[in-house]
Amino acid sequence: MHFRSLLQAIAGNGHCCNTEHVYGNDFNVPDEVAGAGLGAGAPGGPSHLLDEVAAAERALREAGAARVADPGVAADGDELLRYFDAVIEADQKIEPRDWMPDAYRQGLIRQIAQHAHSEIIGMQPEGNWISRAPSLKRKAILLAKVQDEAGHGLYLYAAAETLGVSRDALVELLLAGRQKYSSIFNYPTLTWADVGAIGWLVDGAAIVNQVPLCRCSYGPYARAMIRICKEESFHQRQGYEILHTLAHGTPGQKAMAQDAVNRWWYPSLAMFGPPDADSTHSQQSMTWKIKRFSNDELRQRFVDMCVQQASVLGLDIPDPDLRWNEQRQAHDYTQPDYTELMRVIKGDGPCNRQRAAHRHAAHADGAWVREAAAAYAAKRNAPTTKAAA
Amino acid sequence: MSETKKEWPLWEVFVRPRRGLAHSHVGSLHAPDAELALRNARDLYTRRQEGVSIWVVPAAAVVASSPDEKDSFFDPAADKVYRHPTFYQVPEGAAHL
Ligand SMILES: [Fe+2]
Ligand SMILES: [Fe+2]
Repeated sequence: MHFRSLLQAIAGNGHCCNTEHVYGNDFNVPDEVAGAGLGAGAPGGPSHLLDEVAAAERALREAGAARVADPGVAADGDELLRYFDAVIEADQKIEPRDWMPDAYRQGLIRQIAQHAHSEIIGMQPEGNWISRAPSLKRKAILLAKVQDEAGHGLYLYAAAETLGVSRDALVELLLAGRQKYSSIFNYPTLTWADVGAIGWLVDGAAIVNQVPLCRCSYGPYARAMIRICKEESFHQRQGYEILHTLAHGTPGQKAMAQDAVNRWWYPSLAMFGPPDADSTHSQQSMTWKIKRFSNDELRQRFVDMCVQQASVLGLDIPDPDLRWNEQRQAHDYTQPDYTELMRVIKGDGPCNRQRAAHRHAAHADGAWVREAAAAYAAKRNAPTTKAAA
Repeated sequence: MSETKKEWPLWEVFVRPRRGLAHSHVGSLHAPDAELALRNARDLYTRRQEGVSIWVVPAAAVVASSPDEKDSFFDPAADKVYRHPTFYQVPEGAAHL
């Protein structure tokens, strides 16, 4: 496709990246999207999404079988770009040591890093409840889930590092507040039901956002996303189960579950980013097959999935205008408050300061462990005089 | 090695999913030494019994075929179709070939 348009896009977008690449969402403009994936309005649920992940994994293997004509060792800039373009056009993956446009590299570093930061900060709201989980079973499950989120962060940092940035630099950017993380983690977890609502809605929204990324054109990111998405479905189900148990418990428990859903619904919708109409960012991410669906397409998909799931829970979605639109074959719904979204992203959410302070403290508290381990390794690696004798 | 580098070295992680299968690359991680690299690899890449064996290799020790993943290094194999059994015509009547 469109070698020329790609060139123009690069030329016109020296700074195609924006600061809203968080949690697998890069806030881009809509586009006609062909091919497999989440067709807007198609029926689906977690298992359907898992099928999408498996399909992405198969596609990744199959596309690699085709060979794209190699430009040769002495290729100049134009030829390299043509090759890069041809690899993406053939749905093959770009690998770490391939030539790639600088904007592709920088945009991916920013997106993957901010995604990683979201996973790391995302441990905090739920981590709050590990010591207060209502049973040993729930505590073990929550520990496993929070540990998974740490793992997701590490897979993603490793993927970002393949693009030539160091881990320390990324950690530094997060600590200094110079890279963002998803706004959703700046909301507090007030009751145990919030842990359920996070699993169902926040992990649910993350899955809808992230399943298309399993087909991302950058190999290490796509592979990390496949691994992550497979793990996410446990997260969503455990949250759903918590809410289901509460919703079928005492009236007080049911009210607690409803209250949590009331508070998490709109922030979860906001996770998909601003509406397409207000999105001024380039189509570059679509052209490069990093992003494949627009914010509104993904948000709609999420709403349509949740309506049925809420009815099984016996809980209400806090939106009086939520109703099925026969014509569109989708639900009409109230948009989240995007002014609030921007305010929270910019640092003025309920828990921004607390999250940053906690991350700083955790990093500082771990310093002696890092230093001791490094000193021990250095001591063992040091050539001893005895060994030579 | 008079000075400790600030960042722990990078290790590439290979996992054998089941007996009978080869180790394959699953990702990478930072660790101060081989022992901790193995432990971290277990916690990071086999939380769901994804493997029965793990290799960790210092990323700096990996020697790669070419500066990128292009085909030129492998070109010598491209015109040797006679290395594949499908190149040959089997005379009618010959069995077990
Ligand atoms: Fe995650
Ligand atoms: Fe999760």
